[in-house]
Amino acid sequence: MFDRVFKAGDDFKKLLKLLGVFIALGFVCYIFQYYRGLGITGLGRDVSWGLYIAQFTFLVGVAASAVMVVLPYYLHNFKAFGRITILGEFLAIGAVSMCLLFIIVDLGMPHRLFNVLRYPTPNSILFWDMVVLNGYLLLNIIIGWNALDAERMGVAPPKWVKPLIYISIPWAVSIHTVTAFLYAGLPGRHFWLTAIMAARFLASAFSSGPALLILLALFIKKRTKFDPGEEAIQALAKIVTYALIISVFFVLLELFTAYYSKVPGHTNHFDYLLFGLHGHAELVPWTWLSNILAVVALVLLINPNTRKQEKTLKIACFATFFSLWIEKGITLVITGFIPNTFEKITRYIPTIPEVFITLGVWAAGFFILAVLYKIAVSIKEEIGA
Amino acid sequence: MKIYDAKPILIGLLIFVGFVSMPFWLHGGKVSPPPDPKLDTPAIQILEKKECVASKEYMRTSHMVILNDWRTQAVRNSKRFYVTAGGANYPASLQRACMKCHSNKAQFCDTCHNYIGLAPYCWDCHLPPKQETAQATK
Amino acid sequence: MDEKRRDFLKITGACVLGFSILPVLKVSAKQVTQPPEKRPAYKDHPKALHGKRWAMVVDVKRCQEQNKKGECRKCIEACHTIHNVPTIPSVKEMKWIWKENFEHSFPGTAHEFVPEEFKEGPFILLCNHCSNPPCVRVCPTKATFKRQDGIVMMDLHRCIGCRYCMAGCPFGARSFNWWDPKPYLTQMNYDYPIRRRGVVEKCTFCDERLAEGLLPACVEACPAKALVFGDLEDTASEVRRILSKRLSLRRKFELGTQPNVYYLV
Repeated sequence: MFDRVFKAGDDFKKLLKLLGVFIALGFVCYIFQYYRGLGITGLGRDVSWGLYIAQFTFLVGVAASAVMVVLPYYLHNFKAFGRITILGEFLAIGAVSMCLLFIIVDLGMPHRLFNVLRYPTPNSILFWDMVVLNGYLLLNIIIGWNALDAERMGVAPPKWVKPLIYISIPWAVSIHTVTAFLYAGLPGRHFWLTAIMAARFLASAFSSGPALLILLALFIKKRTKFDPGEEAIQALAKIVTYALIISVFFVLLELFTAYYSKVPGHTNHFDYLLFGLHGHAELVPWTWLSNILAVVALVLLINPNTRKQEKTLKIACFATFFSLWIEKGITLVITGFIPNTFEKITRYIPTIPEVFITLGVWAAGFFILAVLYKIAVSIKEEIGA
Repeated sequence: MKIYDAKPILIGLLIFVGFVSMPFWLHGGKVSPPPDPKLDTPAIQILEKKECVASKEYMRTSHMVILNDWRTQAVRNSKRFYVTAGGANYPASLQRACMKCHSNKAQFCDTCHNYIGLAPYCWDCHLPPKQETAQATK
Repeated sequence: MDEKRRDFLKITGACVLGFSILPVLKVSAKQVTQPPEKRPAYKDHPKALHGKRWAMVVDVKRCQEQNKKGECRKCIEACHTIHNVPTIPSVKEMKWIWKENFEHSFPGTAHEFVPEEFKEGPFILLCNHCSNPPCVRVCPTKATFKRQDGIVMMDLHRCIGCRYCMAGCPFGARSFNWWDPKPYLTQMNYDYPIRRRGVVEKCTFCDERLAEGLLPACVEACPAKALVFGDLEDTASEVRRILSKRLSLRRKFELGTQPNVYYLV
């Protein structure tokens, strides 16, 4: 089925070339990092995880969100999603690939990666994260590919795929739960040590992921002969709406616990995020940008008129995606380390090579996504779906 | 049988074979002299019984097995002293046992490693004796 | 695509896969069939110190008095020279043992009326070798693990540098090698290894010295005898005697990690 990629038009090839340039730049920076060490990043002994792990965390959410199209279609027989399940599954493949790459670029000893398999350690959440992420990647490749192949042939997908689909539903929830557990089980990191973390992660994931999916579907609708369908997009928009409301609600719960109890371990981190702490306010503009975007998105999504109009829906989806990207892809991870375990503040600013490596991984993920979507869409066009 | 796109494939193959056989071309068919590790360090010369932690033959082929075992025993099982089959006692340590006698890394370890084009990462962390380290960083 | 070509590619792929895993199989087969020649043995040093729960008691007052005579960094220098810990003055700092004031050593415990002389300490901080160590719990490869004698050990050959232990440690006791440490070492101990970039390291309670019957380097170097090392499970040990007589603090005891470094106040 890959041959369709080579028959693609000029615009598509231009897109791949552009992504290729970013991948190459990122790769060059990574080679530099590989030979010099992670010292080329802005990380240090106090803020020891940064941009890479934050992107990883955000993208696990995007990957998990595929379940939001798979579940209604397979469990509730919601026909409108039948047209776009493949888009959800392929988005998951792209997102998990990025997650794995972000883990690898963050390792100090990447060539020892397989020690995780050689010395399996069930008490480590990172071990389980490795298991569920790779499992999820495999599931989505198998399911997506077989479903698409069957669609191309005009037959039903092979029977053995069905159980895998059912497994993939709780599995999607598990990848983000386990990723939240990475943080929520650490003593001494009060910002993360909250039972609601996994729920918060899932809510924000089921909002940001489908928001991206809507944007991708609208793009496909505009540029190809395949129409994902108004009904599907509107159903997704409702999912984004409710998930975003729940996500914001969960954040407010955190704020209540912190500011009503006034326990310094809890308020310090939120102070740093919202107002700045002891003269340090590196993340304050980001936090407020995220907050404002979330409010804009909520207004546009809750109002049925703006949700139903493609133009305003697009704005709402952009706002949702970027608001939650800031929340999980920047502030959540970094703020866990600020203030540090000594209640001191060390600021963290990513370096230029670090940013390029990050962009390179994003480009690699979108490259995979573009190729997969090209295949899916051209098959949909062929069969005239 | 017809080969599709024969021209680029054959050219590609040729380049590949060229690359693979590069060492032969670069050396012009000359044979490198076999390694001759030196055992004449002062520490060894004053030894009455010139005996290593295992037989010469075993050490020649499998010293890395012993080193790896030492590492595991010392780090993971807290066993830091090794008794040889002959009854001699050594710290299970590359730096504190091996390099005390074989203080000539360049003439001992490196001769064979270089001959077979091997760069063991042991030396990234385990320092050869002082004079050797000084030479290496010059 | 024509069927023959497809089959050809499949077979080629299978062959490549087979050949690439062949060496692995060979190696594992070899390990089983080839034991080292005779059975050599491992033995403890006759003087080796054995314990069940190694711990350290820091007499803050003694340390303080020593520091009044002029700044004292003897324990830090001894540790860092013996273990080849590089000096990197930045956020990428490496340290196994260091000084800190009261407020930052015991966050939340300090208040504004703490005696002036107590505020600055110094408090000597190092890995607490917790009885319930979160770093060990989170490590995905068992590269950091708890020994029978209570020491939280680092296996630097196994560490993948994911830095999960650094996020897990509530005491900031762990240092990551952001750079190659070699250029930052002013002097080297040729009897102890250095580290590669990309691994996490920390205090090991001088496990290599205990194995030879020596006390940890910091304890030995302290001119004020402010650091006392011993086995808490041994009722006759000095650490037990001191702790049963004098009031002591542990850092962040409320987290339940059960640190084994005690501060006499």
